[in-house]
Amino acid sequence: MDVSFILIILLFGAGATYFVGDKWASKAALIFSFAAFAASAYITYLFSTGHKVNSVHLWIHNPTVLFALQADGLSLAMTLLTTLLTPIIVFTSFGNLFPKTRSFYALILFMAFAMVGTFLAVDGLLYYIFWELSLIPIYFIALLWGSGDAKERKKAVVKFFIYTFAGSLFMLVAFVYLYQKRHSFLNVHLYSAILTKNEQVWIFFAFFLAYAIKIPIIPFHTWQANVYQKAPAAGTMLLSGIMLKMALYSIIRWQLPIAPYAAIQYKYILIGLCVAGVIYGSVLALKQNNIKKLLAYSSLAHVGLIAAGTYTLTIDGLRGAVLQMVAHGFGIVGLFFAAEIIERRFGTQEISEMGGIRVQSPKFTSMFMILVLASVALPGTFNFVGEFELLYSLAQANIWLAVIGGTTIILGAFYMLRMFQYVMLGETNAKVFKDVTFNEGLALVLILAVLLFFGIYPKPIVDFITPELEKTLVFINRFN
Amino acid sequence: MDILIAIAGLGIICLVAEIFNLRKAIVPITVAGLLAVLAFVGAKIFSKNPDILGLGFDKEPYYNMVINDKYALAFSALFILLTAFLVALSPEFHKDHKAKLSDFVAIKLFLLTGAIAMISFSNLSMFFLGIEILSISLYILAASNPKDVKSNEAGMKYFLMGAFASGIILFGIALIYGATGSFNMLAINAMDRQTLPSWYNIGTVMLTIGLMFKIAAVPFHFWAPDVYEGSPALTTATMSTLAKVAAMASLFKLITTLNPHLPGFLTTINIVAVLSMTIGNLMALKQTNVKRMLGFSGISHAGYMLLAFQFLDLGFAQSNLFYYAFAYTLAGIAAFAVVLSVCGNKGNEDIYNFNGLGKTQPVMAAVLTCALLSMAGIPIFSGFFGKMFLFNQVLDKGRLILVVFAVINSIIGVGYYFKLIIAMYSKESTEEKQSVPFVYSVVAVIAIVINIGIGIYPELILKLIR
Repeated sequence: MDVSFILIILLFGAGATYFVGDKWASKAALIFSFAAFAASAYITYLFSTGHKVNSVHLWIHNPTVLFALQADGLSLAMTLLTTLLTPIIVFTSFGNLFPKTRSFYALILFMAFAMVGTFLAVDGLLYYIFWELSLIPIYFIALLWGSGDAKERKKAVVKFFIYTFAGSLFMLVAFVYLYQKRHSFLNVHLYSAILTKNEQVWIFFAFFLAYAIKIPIIPFHTWQANVYQKAPAAGTMLLSGIMLKMALYSIIRWQLPIAPYAAIQYKYILIGLCVAGVIYGSVLALKQNNIKKLLAYSSLAHVGLIAAGTYTLTIDGLRGAVLQMVAHGFGIVGLFFAAEIIERRFGTQEISEMGGIRVQSPKFTSMFMILVLASVALPGTFNFVGEFELLYSLAQANIWLAVIGGTTIILGAFYMLRMFQYVMLGETNAKVFKDVTFNEGLALVLILAVLLFFGIYPKPIVDFITPELEKTLVFINRFN
Repeated sequence: MDILIAIAGLGIICLVAEIFNLRKAIVPITVAGLLAVLAFVGAKIFSKNPDILGLGFDKEPYYNMVINDKYALAFSALFILLTAFLVALSPEFHKDHKAKLSDFVAIKLFLLTGAIAMISFSNLSMFFLGIEILSISLYILAASNPKDVKSNEAGMKYFLMGAFASGIILFGIALIYGATGSFNMLAINAMDRQTLPSWYNIGTVMLTIGLMFKIAAVPFHFWAPDVYEGSPALTTATMSTLAKVAAMASLFKLITTLNPHLPGFLTTINIVAVLSMTIGNLMALKQTNVKRMLGFSGISHAGYMLLAFQFLDLGFAQSNLFYYAFAYTLAGIAAFAVVLSVCGNKGNEDIYNFNGLGKTQPVMAAVLTCALLSMAGIPIFSGFFGKMFLFNQVLDKGRLILVVFAVINSIIGVGYYFKLIIAMYSKESTEEKQSVPFVYSVVAVIAIVINIGIGIYPELILKLIR
């Protein structure tokens, strides 16, 4: 059994979900996505006990393209994040009634397939194919099942698609250019391609364009808030929870080791841009009255910090980035789900129209509170571990960067707690807030369990990812 | 030569069948016949001795009139496949003119004969015969709806411009003959370029111009949108897939064998390529008529295919061009099959006809989406690999700037392809659910399945030529 097994389950599951029909689609999706999680957990076990789980086949002769999937600490961590979040996201959608149910769930599974492929592929072209493939399902999910005015939504989604597609095409050019050097797309070959300084800079920024749009780093973020707001809850969770991690992961896997010289050269500019995103996202989040938009901007701030951490080129930065990717993945999915739960009951996303939930549903309120606290990186939550390492790495680069980056926590506490206050406390609203159902509660509890467990005991995941990151760091630092 | 005889014979059988009142059998027989010839061509490609029937055609191929190398055979196979699709679409499309069906089918077969002659020639006179047979068939098909003034206009426009282009081609051939004293491609190829007089190069340039006209590359494209819009939709499908690719493939063959010693020749082709992509795409953005939009998008695809003219290794370039042509034409056939089924009885092809197609005809909408995604170059659809192989080849030659232009154009392309996708999925339909004619959906689905199939396994196509 090798890693391609996970992909097969997800792809087959997408097909099966479509063909079992509307009535059973959601259940089939849940079963298959959970099977994929079980498979990836088993493969992680095999990997950690030293079995060979890579899958390498020759795909195209000339140009040489390999169907190469590789399991290592980094890719498996991201795969586990994807395959654990996918069943949760499927599960959270149970409460909603969608038209064309089977297409919806099939697209979610297909999206998970593409994202897992992106994380596992080590052949540049294969990676690019998965990267682009993940764009199609999310495009349709946001377009067809989104909320709000159809015209506005179309505009937002098309903008998103064209932005990301444009960015990734330049990445494709970079890959093909690199192919000329080594006549291979395999990552280790590309790492050792001999590039002039000038070439490195161009290739670095071709990659940067693709990733900066997807993460997003300012000034490429303009698509984000609108799409997050207009997409259905499941789509927003996929986008913010997993899809943007594809770009952060790719920085570590592709961009930095391939063009380390450029990364060192532009280190401070890049970190500066990312940290600017932190401030910008936080300030905008302060002013939002729409809960999904607020979460979108808070997400912008958090991922800005993660990206800043990767560009510090230190082990703490990289490790903090990966830890925070996982933590943020779970945290933001939980928060968007909470927003969805409220929207199901109140039928609004406006914060000013909410309130008084605490009295009616203390259970939900306390779970929401933990999510909010995790989001502001309170010690004891997983987010604290990641955020701490990230700030530490920024301090190694420049203490003032860490100070500015640290405002994400202060400002974050401000807008998140204020949001909590308006949404949960206050006068009992005229609208009735029914207590969370068992399904909703179960999904939230699962997310909280992950956040709290690793918050208290992060050692397993830290030990799991560190060796691979150190290996990558050797490639990154070969010019020092 | 045996392929040419078989297909021309099939065309004559069609005409005779009408006389013997076998109208219903025409299309099945033709499609079966084409598939048989396709299998024959396939056998020729894969067997060591191409003269399978032992007729001696390939030993001395009619005084070196035709040559059956892998390049010619592979493209012939593609043309035959496309014609089989086009013929299969015919009876439904011409259901109001049943009496003329045999003519339409026979003309398509003659057109195919011309296309195959254009690709497997080894003598310039054979090439000219091929392009004339192809063009005359197209003139007839363009004007084949005599009661529609637009169709008349299209036929007339195409004929006038096409005849002019043929004249230029013929003049070019005459100059080349004057310079070399031979029509034979192998003999010309073997001559020393330095000793040839300067009108050899002029002749080559004139040939190039004539064929650029046929493939509708900018700045020789002005006829294309009007003709595409005015012609009956099935003819537009033929022109933008089969005829375009046939002209492109023979242009490639001509330039690589004539091999003019002319500074700036390749640069000019590159400029034409970039102009075709850019202008084709920018104009397509503004169209509201789907046929016209696909016409302009075809111009931009011609620009992409012109990128194949930069190469270090001929076999590599040939297979890349072939792959791109295969991917593009199959997506084109699938898209046109859907356009035919949606707009068949509406009298126009405006984009609003596609509103809500995702609800009323989900299969056709999915096929059209896949076809458009393939044309836009989104992976796993073969259009992506076509582009990627070409980019790889051009970068191999070190022309980064060309690739950057091509990439920017791919981004523009998404703009109009997605306009159609959005219309299908997020606008409300104005009509009741309609049943799709069976053949349309079959052709559309088969074409798109082949398109995706060669995307998942590109070697299937690449190894036909390498």
